[in-house]
Amino acid sequence: MYKILSKRRLSAQICEYVVEAPEVARAAKVGQFIVLRLHEKGERIPLTIVEADPVTGGVTIVVQEVGKSTREMGDHFHAGESVLDFVGPLGVPSEIENYGTVICVGGGLGIAPLYPIACALREAGNTVIGIIGARTRDLLFYMDRMEDACDEIHVMTDDGSIGRKGFTSDPLREILSSDRPTDRVWAIGPAIMMKVCAEVTREFAVPTTVSLNSIMIDGTGMCGGCRVEVGREAKFACVDGPEFDGHEVNFDLLMARQQFYVEEERCALDRYLKSQSKGVEQ
Amino acid sequence: MIQKHETPMRQQDPKVRIGNFGEVPLGYAEEEAVREAERCLQCPNAPCVEGCPVRIDVPLFIKHIKNRCFAEAIATIKEENSLPAVCGRVCPQENQCQGVCTLGERFEPVAIGKLERFCADWEAEHGCISTEIQTDTGYRIAIIGAGPAGLTAAGELRKLGHDVTIFELLHVAGGVLMYGIPEFRLPKEIVKREISALERTGIKIKVNKVIGQIYTVDDFLVRDYDAVFIGTGAGLPRFLGIPGENLNGVYSANEFLTRTNLMRAFRFPEYDTPIKVGRRTITVGGGNVAMDSARTALRLGAKESIIVYRRSEQELPARREEVEHAKEEGIEFRLLTNPTRIISENGYLKEMECIRMKLGEPDESGRRRPIPTPDSEFTIEMDTVVVAIGNNPHPLVPRTTKGLDLNRWGNIVADSKTGQTSKEGVFAGGDIVTGAATVIEAMGAGKRAAVAIDRYLKTKR
Repeated sequence: MYKILSKRRLSAQICEYVVEAPEVARAAKVGQFIVLRLHEKGERIPLTIVEADPVTGGVTIVVQEVGKSTREMGDHFHAGESVLDFVGPLGVPSEIENYGTVICVGGGLGIAPLYPIACALREAGNTVIGIIGARTRDLLFYMDRMEDACDEIHVMTDDGSIGRKGFTSDPLREILSSDRPTDRVWAIGPAIMMKVCAEVTREFAVPTTVSLNSIMIDGTGMCGGCRVEVGREAKFACVDGPEFDGHEVNFDLLMARQQFYVEEERCALDRYLKSQSKGVEQ
Repeated sequence: MIQKHETPMRQQDPKVRIGNFGEVPLGYAEEEAVREAERCLQCPNAPCVEGCPVRIDVPLFIKHIKNRCFAEAIATIKEENSLPAVCGRVCPQENQCQGVCTLGERFEPVAIGKLERFCADWEAEHGCISTEIQTDTGYRIAIIGAGPAGLTAAGELRKLGHDVTIFELLHVAGGVLMYGIPEFRLPKEIVKREISALERTGIKIKVNKVIGQIYTVDDFLVRDYDAVFIGTGAGLPRFLGIPGENLNGVYSANEFLTRTNLMRAFRFPEYDTPIKVGRRTITVGGGNVAMDSARTALRLGAKESIIVYRRSEQELPARREEVEHAKEEGIEFRLLTNPTRIISENGYLKEMECIRMKLGEPDESGRRRPIPTPDSEFTIEMDTVVVAIGNNPHPLVPRTTKGLDLNRWGNIVADSKTGQTSKEGVFAGGDIVTGAATVIEAMGAGKRAAVAIDRYLKTKR
């Protein structure tokens, strides 16, 4: 059992948890992920590590409540309680170097894994330009943290409820078109956002790293469910990634694979919501 | 007069069992076991003991059954084998103890595996036989991987009085016994029971530990442990490398079986992990894992389940019994057939293009090499594919251990008699050394390594 040390709601659908896992906290590096399981009947959920504190043993993760398991976690797993399994760190760490100027683009939940990368890049001596975005104001989080981590920040929402109206790829294109040199781009978010960003940076031939959130079970290389095509070769996101060269990734295949269990996911969520409303009636 | 045929074991009717995940063979009753035990000739040279990778005293345990001393029978087995309920069910006895049985020269060999299973089940029903543990030696041993090799090494080392801790990456111990072999062949309750028995002897099992990331083998040796055994297995699935293999609906056997066995997807949505199986499943491969996958597909609701294998029936690496069970259940075998392309339509799998093969001269495996027949391509309709063509070694521990020699496939180089690796104090065994093999071979390696580790510890100073 792994105790939830703290829980903070970042928006109506997003929570930040700090889970006590000292061995993971001590070993974790930027860009790696963990897998957690809530209870005996639970699925294995892969989540990127946001922060790891070797002193307190706390590992910070951010969870968006999109399906049955994540809803359940938000509804029923509070500070002081425990999750059954928490394993990591998994995956290959981010390649942090002094590149010069780096643009860090984060969309939606992707801002959570992007934040530690932006911090590490800045610490390594880079000038870091942040671009963060979400569908709407309520889904945007870590704005203050990203402001602190970056030398410059651009905020975008699809509906213009905060920041500028538009997509994260808009300021990305503007900066790359300007006379300011950019040495590298990190883009983390929904597959479609990463695809569009990679298309923009390809035009300007700027090396681009993306972090892929494909469907996984074990997260340790055993199932191959997370396989993605990178440069026409099959790679496992869990052990070869999660970060890859954005210009080489077959995003269409990634998106198709992410959709494979949509019906089952909906069925599980409906069943859960029904059981919850029954609980309220009683 | 010796009974010529082995005493049959009752089993679930094929028509019924394809609709459930219950075990297929139902076990011997005491009378049946005694009747089978009476067939044993009690040969003084006992070739069956030589044929057993963990060298169980087969004639002795069978003699105990014949005399209805069932507790003594299971105690005899457990002296050499920590997981009898598992081995009695999944060992390829026909190539081992039963393959060399003297009776088999004229009649059917003694059903040693079925008798072993009977003893283990008898113990489960009548209470546990306690294992004798020697006085504590004070030596500490880290075992990486709680699969057949690691569990066996742990059991043997604990018997010798050592302090043993197993580190497992998944959320349960058992390795392939839990994630790979299906419920209908090896019920998970039985695996859990055998593992609990090991834990009761004082073995510590720590799950959710990614060795190579949280600690390395070197950390273990420097800090807390006198020796390390690596039994991390062959966990990385191989794919065919043909077009269309990454389409939705194409599973590795590992994924297909892990979802079903470890994550209990056959009970979705009660359990959270889903699995999707269409009407017509093709499993590629001819080993036990392929049989397991094809049979699992039927139980998950496929109306037709087809095995595509590139050689002929004679070369099928699966156990005979598994092939028979698969046939009884209506699995269709397309032999001398090799997939060349997977074709989809509107995002759904549609058909598999295959090519006909013929057999040429024997290759390095000793089996006749399959050769494609030019221009013989044809297609088979399907909507689900399971690729069961083997696994590669799990790279995490080998990659992060300094001074560990690997072969060109990434397997750890270790002495076949002792499991000693190129690194002092580090031993290895099972699939991580040999490449994918059987449960009992991994157990044999774990056991030999335990003896070698014991000797190493006692001569270390």
